[in-house]
Amino acid sequence: MNIMISLIPLYPLLGFLIIFLTNKRLPKSIVGFLACGSVLLSFISAVFAFITLLSIPPESRVIGVKLFDWIISGSFSSSISFAFDPLSAVMVLVVSGVGFLIHVYSIGYMSHDGGYSRFFAYLNLFTFSMLVLVLADNVLLMFVGWEGVGLCSYLLIGFWFHKKSATDAGKKAFIVNRIGDFGFLLGTMLIFWTFGTLNFAEISQAATYLAHANTGIMTTIALLLFIGATGKSAQLPLYVWLPDAMEGPTPVSALIHAATMVTAGVYMVARLSALYVLAPAALLVVAIVGALTALYAASIGLVQNDIKRVLAYSTISQLGYMFLACGVAAFSSGIFHLMTHAFFKALLFLGAGSVIHALSGEQDMRRMGGLKNRLPHTYRVLLIGTLAIAGIPLLAGFFSKDEILYKAFSSPAGHPIFWLLGLLAAILTAFYMFRLLYLTFYGKSNIAHEVEHHLHESPKVMLVPLYVLAFLSIIGGYIGLPHALGGGAWFERFLEPSIAHIGHEGHSADVHQLSTEYLLMLSSIVAALIGIFFAHRFYIKDPAKPAAIATKLAGSYRLLLNKYYVDEIYDYLVVKPLYVLSLIFWKIFDIRIIDGSANGIARFFGNLSYKMRLAQSGIIRNYALYFALGVAVLFGYLILR
Amino acid sequence: MMAMVIFYILAAVMVVSGLMVVTRKNAIVAALFLVVAMTALAGLFVQLGSLFVAALQIIVYAGAVMVLFLFVIMLLNLKKDEFGFDSRLFQRLFGAIIGALILIQLWLIATGYFPQKGPQPIDPEFGDAALLSKKLFIQFLYPFEIVSVLLLAAIIGAVIMAGKKSEE
Amino acid sequence: MAPLTHYLVLSSIMFAIGVWGVLRNRNALIIFMCIELMLNAANLSLMAFSSYLKDYTGQVLVFMVMAVAAAEVAVGLAIIISIFRHKESVNVDNVNVMKW
Repeated sequence: MNIMISLIPLYPLLGFLIIFLTNKRLPKSIVGFLACGSVLLSFISAVFAFITLLSIPPESRVIGVKLFDWIISGSFSSSISFAFDPLSAVMVLVVSGVGFLIHVYSIGYMSHDGGYSRFFAYLNLFTFSMLVLVLADNVLLMFVGWEGVGLCSYLLIGFWFHKKSATDAGKKAFIVNRIGDFGFLLGTMLIFWTFGTLNFAEISQAATYLAHANTGIMTTIALLLFIGATGKSAQLPLYVWLPDAMEGPTPVSALIHAATMVTAGVYMVARLSALYVLAPAALLVVAIVGALTALYAASIGLVQNDIKRVLAYSTISQLGYMFLACGVAAFSSGIFHLMTHAFFKALLFLGAGSVIHALSGEQDMRRMGGLKNRLPHTYRVLLIGTLAIAGIPLLAGFFSKDEILYKAFSSPAGHPIFWLLGLLAAILTAFYMFRLLYLTFYGKSNIAHEVEHHLHESPKVMLVPLYVLAFLSIIGGYIGLPHALGGGAWFERFLEPSIAHIGHEGHSADVHQLSTEYLLMLSSIVAALIGIFFAHRFYIKDPAKPAAIATKLAGSYRLLLNKYYVDEIYDYLVVKPLYVLSLIFWKIFDIRIIDGSANGIARFFGNLSYKMRLAQSGIIRNYALYFALGVAVLFGYLILR
Repeated sequence: MMAMVIFYILAAVMVVSGLMVVTRKNAIVAALFLVVAMTALAGLFVQLGSLFVAALQIIVYAGAVMVLFLFVIMLLNLKKDEFGFDSRLFQRLFGAIIGALILIQLWLIATGYFPQKGPQPIDPEFGDAALLSKKLFIQFLYPFEIVSVLLLAAIIGAVIMAGKKSEE
Repeated sequence: MAPLTHYLVLSSIMFAIGVWGVLRNRNALIIFMCIELMLNAANLSLMAFSSYLKDYTGQVLVFMVMAVAAAEVAVGLAIIISIFRHKESVNVDNVNVMKW
């Protein structure tokens, strides 16, 4: 079993190596088969490991595998070792399962692309890094995976490197991530300094002992690590790279920027829940950032016209929900939403990809419409995805989102304000998602004529993963069915060994709060319906209305359309000064001072030897003179000594 | 007393002929003055008690080396040295200064370090050729052999360099 | 014998005269003779020390110096002759091919 677990990340690594090293020499079918196969093997191994895990009693539910010692230096040591416990089990299954489906989808989507093998190589490398990230049993190894997924994100966003916008987006992603990583590294160092170890289990154990005297340190560590999370998981203020990241191929957006990489931040917070529960101030910050981001991103998504941009802002918003959950110490709810979100967001992105593929690359929703009958399969699965994300009951999104809202209201670390913000965001979410659906599939068609000729439904290799994801989007929520609705909250119970709880919380005495729970559930449903209602009004019943409102509230409309001008603000405040600074370093330091001194020294010696050369006059008697002079000096020295 | 007088006479001869060597334009005249200087030196060697070395001085230096010099001068058939010494002021001035410097320094060394005793009697035991050769052939045998090899090399070298080239 | 310092002073005078001569003349042969003068001065110094310290080592060294001087003269004169053959003159200023 240990070997099986250690192999989970290694299958995709092997896939990457083979595909990368034989670039373009293997036929496309083999490359696709190899790439998908490696991820499938990971998934199957994960399933086996999961089953094994279930046979272990809950208190000691962790399988540790040590591969080898990596760094041993004084009192610091770090090893390459994995820990398979309930939390990582969930993550591994999601990553490999959804990842596999996306790999299969990509065979169809990228079939005409020249960089086919390069794409799959990078996808496999990404899967490897992500698996290392979630399986790591210490912070350092997790950081290796963290950086690895960042690298692959850069490579894949800028996949079509001939396009400047793509390479710019890739750079932006990597650099913004880096800023977050700085916080992460500082947090890591502080952890080592405080705990003397980077091992998660040891940290969690030690945290309880150290908490009382050192809340300040705990809070600092938690906040620093959270900065890293805002970078990787696109929260305020470091979210700006995610919308630009849509330059990458749609499967990339689905895998990396919806289902897996961006969730790394949430995973990290959940993993270190022991620290966070001991730092209430940090938890508050996390909750505030999460709630605000959820609302903020949803507001921008209301007016975007690019189908992928809407989904990107939706992702940011949903991630906000996950962080909100963590911020109210409902870590398992956050992970639950992570899982369901992976399902329906991947579905939405891949479905959007199907639409784009059908429309020969068109991404602007204003040039779509009336596709309901022309792309029936795509329409069906996208409808399911939209219903799920809007929080309609019976689909997965409802259970997870509702649980977060409930916990936001009722948890000891929660507050009704958070609930309210979440609810507002839910209304907006339902609205813009249905707006997307209506603009794309309903109404009169605005499709350009040449595009219309090539309109075709996607091939089976793309549709099958879509249907699988749709299926998961429907049934995926039932694992977490709360007691209130007759379920056993199995998901939350499963994750319990991995996650810490807030001090005095008695396991939520649901009895007297049952009525609250029902009430809140009802309000979530109402919120979703409100959103759908307005979307229907604006885009089906009265298509001219949006334009009318846009002109009436022109200022706000422009503000939202331009994403609150945040990119421009950052450019002015951060990018331009840094650019000037680096220009100075280059032109002045590097060229004038460093090169100048290196060349200057060489020139100096050249001149010196030129002058000294003149002493070789060839006249013997001069030489004799120098001899004698030297002798005289030597005598003088000897005398004076 | 006598010793001092003899010393001063021989010293004067030596210094004067040395100055003549340096300042004469005619090479043969210079060479002859050098012979005189060497002879005076031999006298000083006698005064220091070593007859053997004095004899050596006359035979080797004055007799062989200087004769060789004269041979070469005559062979080259040099006219009176019309170019003589360097007329450039720089060279003459500098040379004189350096010479003076060295003189002063050496004088200082000479007078500063050693006790000023009065004239000493010649030690009859010292300077015995037998004792000298004992030292030479026992303690300094190795250098002695090397020097003979050196002389051999010098002979060969001189012959090769000075000999007529056959292809000319 | 005279006191040691007298001999040493004489030796230094001779040496300085030799140096002056080397720097002053252009005739290769006269320069050579001045070098011989310097060697002799050194010999005088050696002998003086040998006498006063009652050590034969000094005399042995004089012996060696003389031998070396003889060898040096032989070779040096041979060189001068070779040069004379090419240049028809013994002016050392003409031997300046090694200019930079």
